[in-house]
Amino acid sequence: MAEERKDIKVRKKEGLTTAMPERTRAKKTFTPRVDICESNNDMVVFADMPGVNEGSANITLDSGILTIEGFVEPDKLEGYDLAYTEYDVGDYYRVFTLSDAIDQDKIEASIKDGVLKLVLPKAESAKARRISVKAE
Amino acid sequence: MLSRWPERSGWFLDPLREVQRMQDKVNRIFSDVEGTTGTGFLAVNVWNSEDGMMLTSEIPGIDVKDIDISVVGDMLTLRGYRTKEELKQGETYHRGERNSGGFARRIELPYAVDADKVEARYEKGILSIKLPRSEADKPRKISVKTA
Repeated sequence: MAEERKDIKVRKKEGLTTAMPERTRAKKTFTPRVDICESNNDMVVFADMPGVNEGSANITLDSGILTIEGFVEPDKLEGYDLAYTEYDVGDYYRVFTLSDAIDQDKIEASIKDGVLKLVLPKAESAKARRISVKAE
Repeated sequence: MLSRWPERSGWFLDPLREVQRMQDKVNRIFSDVEGTTGTGFLAVNVWNSEDGMMLTSEIPGIDVKDIDISVVGDMLTLRGYRTKEELKQGETYHRGERNSGGFARRIELPYAVDADKVEARYEKGILSIKLPRSEADKPRKISVKTA
């Protein structure tokens, strides 16, 4: 029984280390929840990152790997002591691999009310085309 | 102190409520392992001071008009609605991990608050509600007289 539990634990740990490089900040890190929707012209990613604004979000694109980071300073309310917690505060981190189909020079990012919006325009070659059928 | 269900359970412990609370705790432990955020939608943190409480909650991407906060005595009710991005013609979802829809939570506070002085702010997707303790409910120091 104890052996079994050990196995599961080990697997979990691996899962996390492959997904995330080691960090130097001693802080909790969360995976933001995302919505990804695709249209004919672009892909749009929405990521929930409460506590992050335009100054504390960091988006990098390096050879097709899109990295989303958000840094959150722990809440400190003047004159108040934290009495009860249901959620933890920490940084955000998530990585996506982009295909060549994305025009990587034209990616746009904006953030509003803790929601990051990334617009990834499709490269011309990847856009769906309507092929008209001719009558013979 | 905090209850998830709208009914007040009276003087005794409601067993269902306790089970639910335990379930929430277990869910949170497992969600920590996965490293995702926001298991229980509308999770709150409570801050205490001498004059009252501050309640914070992470509700990213909501219109302030869609948040409804009401206080009656020691009962705080939070209601809101988070809209999902409308899909246009020809758009499809690949991932849909974010919560949306209506939410409500009623929280029993440890003391009555001054409803007129309750203030709420919404910044960077975090809602914070200041709940000052009502004057009538503040603890008083009673000096003991000697005969």
